Amino acid sequence: MTSLHTQETTVSDVRARPTRRTGGAVPTLLFVAKILLALVFGLPLVFMIVSSFKPDLQIFADLNGIQAFLPVGDLTLDNYTGVFARVPFAQFLLNSVMISAITVVVGLFVNSMAAFALSRMRLPGRRVLLGVILATLIVPFEVVALPLLWWVNQLPYFDGTEFVQGWLDTYAVQIVPFIANAFSIFLFYQYFDSIPRELDEAARVDGAGWFRIYRSIVMPLSGPAIATAVILTFLPAWNQYLWPLMVTQSESVRPVMVGIDYFKQLNVSWGQIMAYASIITVPVLALFIAFQRSFVNSIAASGVKG
Amino acid sequence: MSTLTRQTRTDGDEQQGHDLKPRSVRGQGKERATAVTMFLPAAILIVTFLIIPIILTFVLAFTNTRLISPRPGTFIGLENFSNLFTDDTFWASLRNTIIFTVVIVPVQSGVALVIAVLVNSKMRGTTFFRTVYFLPVVTSIVVVSMLWLFMYQKNGLINILLAKVGIAGPDWLGDPRWSLFAIIVMSIWQAMGFHMIIWLSGLQTIPAELYEAASLDGASRWQQFVNVTWPGLRATRVFILITITIAAFGLFSQVNIMTQGGPLDSTTTLVFMTVRAGFQQQQTGYASAIALVFFVLVLAVTLIQNFLTRDKEANR
Repeated sequence: MTSLHTQETTVSDVRARPTRRTGGAVPTLLFVAKILLALVFGLPLVFMIVSSFKPDLQIFADLNGIQAFLPVGDLTLDNYTGVFARVPFAQFLLNSVMISAITVVVGLFVNSMAAFALSRMRLPGRRVLLGVILATLIVPFEVVALPLLWWVNQLPYFDGTEFVQGWLDTYAVQIVPFIANAFSIFLFYQYFDSIPRELDEAARVDGAGWFRIYRSIVMPLSGPAIATAVILTFLPAWNQYLWPLMVTQSESVRPVMVGIDYFKQLNVSWGQIMAYASIITVPVLALFIAFQRSFVNSIAASGVKG
Repeated sequence: MSTLTRQTRTDGDEQQGHDLKPRSVRGQGKERATAVTMFLPAAILIVTFLIIPIILTFVLAFTNTRLISPRPGTFIGLENFSNLFTDDTFWASLRNTIIFTVVIVPVQSGVALVIAVLVNSKMRGTTFFRTVYFLPVVTSIVVVSMLWLFMYQKNGLINILLAKVGIAGPDWLGDPRWSLFAIIVMSIWQAMGFHMIIWLSGLQTIPAELYEAASLDGASRWQQFVNVTWPGLRATRVFILITITIAAFGLFSQVNIMTQGGPLDSTTTLVFMTVRAGFQQQQTGYASAIALVFFVLVLAVTLIQNFLTRDKEANR
């Protein structure tokens, strides 16, 4: 069984393989290939960000040359002010931040507790439960999306004063179905299994309860698993599109990814769309570059078969 | 396996001291109760929002249930399926979904492998290159679709660049002969980095000594790849194959943002059709039938891939 923390692949890990000493044309060619690939993968994003600072006339005039990728000419913040003026963008942003933050944080507790019970305690039927959780991993969300839409519309919802039918158009409908995450549970389960049991046995002799062992011993030792779970639940929560497209109608609960679709339909300029796209992308790219090692470890961890 | 060792360990515990035993037995019941309490929130959520909807897919597919309707749906047997199989849009969706998957799976994983091999070396700038190749993965597919929608315009960036090398680019998203191709290219651009990282982590599990031994035996780079790298990546290959296939079957966002299934149904997909039926047209029963077909397809491919790879393991 491969455990998660043995994965040490990172983009910054340069000690991976000894250098092969081969002079001449081949390394130069390979280097040129890498540069070309970097242009292919990097330039569209540069184009997006650069265009967000240009009026449409300038964008189209610049398409013809290298200026398309350079912040030159008539630069302006008009596209950005336009985004805030045409749609309640701050509200969309707040909605997305709230939805992803709550999904990630509550999910962290729910999933790690479930994994703790599975890994550490005499949970009745734990093998069957683990099997069921693993089996659900092969069901793509798209399969259950429409039946789920009908189902949440039947469920009772407490709106603060009374129960009403249907969860549509709320924060809850965008959060609650995504809190429990089979992959997250499996991830914690695997990690907890690698923490020596002698630690919690010692704590039990000292009279610590199970919840205390979970909170004060196992969780503090699970930093890498927590980081992985946070990243792997944050990205889909922030990027959610299909589900909120169907369950949100009001601007007060609409997340940014559905907002951009709606924004585009207002016949706004391309510069404004690029500005909207940049605001919701650049912070995530910045987080990625800052926490590169954790990001890449998490992605690599998602490829680990237990 | 771990259960077994744990069981013996607990048994040993209980036999250790007589004074511990009564507490331990009472503790067991309490432990079970605590375990159930800790597991319960996740269990309730998974049952409510995953297991029940899975069962509902199978039930609703045989009814004429509507999304919002005062009257409950009634059982209509296979009517949804007979309608589906005589619906041209369904066959177009199935065809496009399969073409998309059949192209994406080998091309994307192949490109990702080549690039992974390219950046799996200690050279100046390797970190930089890996980071750049990975950037589209952390960019939302919605943003990527908007960006490429702009670049794919008839007088957009891509056609202007092509014109510079003497190619007259088509109206990528407006021409039914090119629209699916355009979406495929963009999707590979977005997701390639993900699989590059998975390949890289696979590559790094291959011991360097194997390469050294192969070098000593005078194996060329290509021979090393065929005899050391490729066999060493078997587990990684299975994982990549299954994840790319499932992700490719789920094609939706790009289509919804860029083409709405058109022109002439050239980019409609199973998931796009499911959403159109179940959400816009509120036909939950019909949408469930499409979802069921989709599920059977995913299940079949996963089982086939599992079977094929298991077979290979047995032969080894």
